Amino acid sequence: MSDELLPHGHPTRAPASQRGRTAEVLEHAKALGKQIEVTIDGRAITVPLGTTILESAQQLGIRIPTLCYHQDLCLAGVCRICVVEVEGQRALQASCSYPITAPIHVKTHTPAVRKARRHILDLMLANHYGECYTCNRNGNCELQSLAEEYGVDYFRFGRMEKPRYEIDLSSHALVRDMNKCVLCRRCVRTCIDLQEVGVLEAIDRGNRIKIATFGDKPLSDVVCINCGQCINRCPTGALRANDNTDEVWQAIDDPTKHVVIQTAPSPRAGIGECFGLPPGQPMTFRMNTALRYCGFDKVFDTNFAADLTIIEEGTELLLRLKAAMANDECRMMNDESALQHPERSQSQSIHNSSFINHNFPVPLPQFTSCSPGWVKFAEHFYPEYLDHVSTCKSPQQMFGALLKTFYAEKTGVNPRDIVTVALMPCSAKKFECNRPEMCASGYKDIDYGLTTRELAKMIREVGVDLPNMPKSDFDDPFGTATGSGVIFGVTGGVMESAIRTVFELVTGKKVENLFDHAEVVPVRGFEGIRYAELPIVEVGPVPAIISHLFKDWNWLKGATLKVAVAHGTANAKRVMEDIKAGGKFSECHFIEFMACPGGCLGGGGQPIPTSPEIRAARAKAIYDEDRSYTIRKSHENPALLQVYADFLTDGPCGHRSHKLLHTHYTPRGKYIA
Amino acid sequence: MIAETTHGSLTFCSIEPDSGLGSALERPPADALGRIEASGLRGRGGAGFPTSLKWELAIKSPGEYKYVICNADEGEPGTFKDRVILSDFADLVFEGMTIGAFVIGAKHGIVYLRGEYAYLRSHLENVLRRRRAQNLLGKNIHGLEGFDFDVEIRMGAGAYVCGEETALIESLEGQRGEPRNRPPFPIDTGYLGNPTIVNNVETFAWVVCILAKGAKWFNSIGTKKSTGLKLFSVSGDCSQPGVYEFPMGITVAELLKEVGGEGAKAVQVGGAAGQCVPAAQFERTIAYEDVPTGGSVIVFGPGRDMLRVAENFLEFFADESCGQCTPCREGTPKLIEGVKMLQQGRCSMQYLHELCSLGETMQAASKCGLGQMAPNAFLSIVEHFQDEILGRIGR
Repeated sequence: MSDELLPHGHPTRAPASQRGRTAEVLEHAKALGKQIEVTIDGRAITVPLGTTILESAQQLGIRIPTLCYHQDLCLAGVCRICVVEVEGQRALQASCSYPITAPIHVKTHTPAVRKARRHILDLMLANHYGECYTCNRNGNCELQSLAEEYGVDYFRFGRMEKPRYEIDLSSHALVRDMNKCVLCRRCVRTCIDLQEVGVLEAIDRGNRIKIATFGDKPLSDVVCINCGQCINRCPTGALRANDNTDEVWQAIDDPTKHVVIQTAPSPRAGIGECFGLPPGQPMTFRMNTALRYCGFDKVFDTNFAADLTIIEEGTELLLRLKAAMANDECRMMNDESALQHPERSQSQSIHNSSFINHNFPVPLPQFTSCSPGWVKFAEHFYPEYLDHVSTCKSPQQMFGALLKTFYAEKTGVNPRDIVTVALMPCSAKKFECNRPEMCASGYKDIDYGLTTRELAKMIREVGVDLPNMPKSDFDDPFGTATGSGVIFGVTGGVMESAIRTVFELVTGKKVENLFDHAEVVPVRGFEGIRYAELPIVEVGPVPAIISHLFKDWNWLKGATLKVAVAHGTANAKRVMEDIKAGGKFSECHFIEFMACPGGCLGGGGQPIPTSPEIRAARAKAIYDEDRSYTIRKSHENPALLQVYADFLTDGPCGHRSHKLLHTHYTPRGKYIA
Repeated sequence: MIAETTHGSLTFCSIEPDSGLGSALERPPADALGRIEASGLRGRGGAGFPTSLKWELAIKSPGEYKYVICNADEGEPGTFKDRVILSDFADLVFEGMTIGAFVIGAKHGIVYLRGEYAYLRSHLENVLRRRRAQNLLGKNIHGLEGFDFDVEIRMGAGAYVCGEETALIESLEGQRGEPRNRPPFPIDTGYLGNPTIVNNVETFAWVVCILAKGAKWFNSIGTKKSTGLKLFSVSGDCSQPGVYEFPMGITVAELLKEVGGEGAKAVQVGGAAGQCVPAAQFERTIAYEDVPTGGSVIVFGPGRDMLRVAENFLEFFADESCGQCTPCREGTPKLIEGVKMLQQGRCSMQYLHELCSLGETMQAASKCGLGQMAPNAFLSIVEHFQDEILGRIGR
């Protein structure tokens, strides 16, 4: 991610002084080669020049309370709860945003510091509509814990008796209750600096200040992509997902309804955190039992639909490549030199393998469409590129469509009585399932989206201690999916699955020949943007499942498939701007975009808190689960092949699949009326 | 030594055009810096940071682009001396900025002009045009090969906090005008991340005077720690309000005598952010080491209700707080509530102590000067006028 601040150029949004976290400062320190000794509460520690007081104290195991500070975000230094005394300085200093550049002496709990912290908390509480009993963050609220930690036992400066602001319930995905806002601006920094969407900002000043959307419009009317990253970073209950548990309970309690739930890979890797487990404990099969205990009639694995997505989206990609190729050949027919040396030209074009012909455009690169946050981001900010976005619905929606058609037929349940619930790590999925176009079967594909947090609440409500639940498998006819489906939950996972499948379909060789254990390492990791090239040296026969679409693969022989992965919309923006400018990513064939940092496992519906370490632990759980599966490639999923044989009989990207499994997008633009 | 507002005898009137810049350009930049250092000049905006030190730090800070910013966002209640300087001595300001550019190696200067002073803009632009024509701005200034510098005028939009240098820079960059974390300071990470000096209008004018008349002249006036002359904006209950030039170190009593404010019960020195000096302390000196000021002096006659005074200042701060940090944003309204309770005679001594303690927290823990200064007037009024503010009967 480029944080460069060009002289005379347009600065990135966060003020340089507030972005000055270790990265920037360390660079400086290296230039000077400097380490510096600092004394905190009488204990000395040597740190690189520019390390903050907070970071140094953390290294010493000294706790300094924080509120506006968040590991993922640029510094703000606004809540002032982390103030400390720096010897020789008149005022107290915010330890989170004070870079050490001289050998200072710091004291973290002098009477002045303790008094200031207590006053700051008292002031926050005076302006916070603290209805803890009825708050969805009860027990997981940073303000509440700080009040406890600092022994707040009365409202020194009074309290807010009545709510001041109307709660914004306009969005399918998010709820904003500014009565609980403590103005730490984590949401602002998340939205503007981390995600670069820019829906939220402070308006007005003094104590009239509030966090608002553009023109203070309801969230549903602005460019919010519903990623919910702000929820994950809100210290209080000011931001939350639009909770559907009541509706789901109602459906479960209705004996005429057949309630089925599909579970995505990421919630399993995260839900343990809601039950006090450390991050990265997979709960897949225990959760199945708990779901049945809650009363769900069937429990399915979204990964089945992820496998389906890979087949559909992979086929779509191959079709796009072939169309681009045909254009290329067509162009060369008109090209004199090509006529003279047809072989050379053709082979050249293959080896250049750009497949991108500006005269006869076939939209390439193809973009993934599984992340509803990314899709809405593209609709708002890059509407002119919507034909690049795969027409495939996301796994959640594909599954919903199959449940209300194939599954209904197979089981004889009237689709009208089927209630489809999706357990997702995501707040944007709540918006996605309410898109008007998502009902090709005549019924809403997915009735309700639940977040990981909401399901944890339901499980607790039925008195189940998840970590001690026995394990049970997913229900037929979809069975347990493949490892490819599982890794959809982590950034790069969709790309990795697609590579596993496309490579094998095209070359007829095992992907293990290229990557040990079929682990496509180049697309893994947490680097914001990743790029990989995959040479197709040889080609094999066309497999039966798509033989009606392709005669042979000779046109791909010697080509190099170029792919990229971006997670977090800030990185997506970098890639898109590069494509606009005709840069390296415009030469790609396939790009995976995920709206959330880390991919779905860092989604807006996942347990709070979040941090790079927590996300890494969840990723490990997901990769471990992938390794534990015997079948790890989408095209080898037996249940899936059965669905193509029995139901989607005209094959991937066929007529039926197009009706049920594919969708279209809405160019929304970013200008709000 | 004293000039009335008609300013015929202000030092600024006696400075020959171009004498400061001409003198600076004769020798290397370090020489001009040395002379400013010798003069002991400290920032005339009120904070009193040594000007030469600020410039020296900016010289040492690595960076291809450096900026000279003139803080003309004169917003402190009771301050209007910068307006007089900009109206009548704009050349001195631009000349001072040019000297600053010569010293630190800047090519670009910006005047951040208070929104309410928009009417001065065309005048200032005219002066700039003339200076460009005279080769006092632009390329190869004064024929000095490679010394290029120009000044642009940018408008503030009415926020008091944008007079705080980092908020001013934020505003210049097109962001919400809110103070940044310091460190890093503007001399290191300023406008667009580049080394930047931000100085008050008056500071630049005095730089010219010092180079024209000599550091010794300046140094011999005032106190040891607060040298030279200073402009004061005097208002309130006195017979001759206006802009005055006094030496630093003048006592409050002497000042009151000059402006016809004898018999005052208190004087607010340094504007809303300053201190309220009671009659018993009128022998105190106006200097950085005693009662500092950016120039604002507001005289309160015997008839003034000091609680109203406190309320007025606090309301100003509550309105002008950027709303960023908790102590300032939430604390100031609590102090206002306290003043209202005092007015109605229903503030207990215990709660008053609590509020004073809160005031101390605001001074210590607020992010910027605005929040740190916001409780000053309240605290000094509670300290010095207890008899007046306590025991009121509810109204």
